[in-house]
Amino acid sequence: MADLNVANNHNDDSNIGRKRLVVGAHYGLKDWMAQRITAVIMVLYTATLLISFLTGHNFTYEGWAGLYATQWFKLFSLVTLAGLFYHAWVGMRDIWMDYVKPVGIRLTLQIITIVWLVVCAAWAVQILWSV
Amino acid sequence: MSEAVREAPKKQRPQFRNIHVTDLGNYRMPLASIVSILHRISGFIMFAALPLILYMLQQSLLSEDTFKYFAGIMSKPLAKLVTLVLLWGYFHHFCAGVRHLFMDMHMGIEKVSARQSAASVLVVSLLLTFITALKLFGVF
Repeated sequence: MADLNVANNHNDDSNIGRKRLVVGAHYGLKDWMAQRITAVIMVLYTATLLISFLTGHNFTYEGWAGLYATQWFKLFSLVTLAGLFYHAWVGMRDIWMDYVKPVGIRLTLQIITIVWLVVCAAWAVQILWSV
Repeated sequence: MSEAVREAPKKQRPQFRNIHVTDLGNYRMPLASIVSILHRISGFIMFAALPLILYMLQQSLLSEDTFKYFAGIMSKPLAKLVTLVLLWGYFHHFCAGVRHLFMDMHMGIEKVSARQSAASVLVVSLLLTFITALKLFGVF
């Protein structure tokens, strides 16, 4: 969210086309798009999982693990979780940027966030391929 | 500038700066802003709870034994409460996010419809939480 304001500040006439001043980056727009694309993937995954859960009868280990044992659902889960972790990074970075002003503390929190998410991603892969 | 303008008494104009935490109580929160801050809070809760969520997924998938053991834990009231909070967080974030996606496409951005969709987010997320919880706790 905060990034967008930065991106919008470079909209004056002297700063477009081939003479564009190359400062900042478009990580603001890129992350804004990524936030939405990963959201759509998660909507699709949630709908799939929720419908299969709510319409299923007699919830058992065989049925639950059977769903996760199929290759297509493993890959669908992996793509969704990868999107989720990136989505969480963008959101958490927004939170740190909005509320934590001292650069050192903010950087530390951002690094912790990345490590936290990478650990979770590795664990998620392990879980998915253990079924 | 005319004399009349220059000599007009200076009125103390209100200033609107970033909200400080201690000011929060003094602000009237419209529905949309309640949805917005809950979107952020629910996102943070789920981020913090990621290891717990992955642990739950792992226990439910690893083997028949861990599945049964996990089902045992889930029958405890505290586990149910935690699950309800996580479910609500997920569904609120989900509904508020879908509302965002529609607004990005310039749908429902008028004052009235934005307020209605904000109310819908609060209601639908609670309904989804309720229905999923009923299924999860074995009612149907």
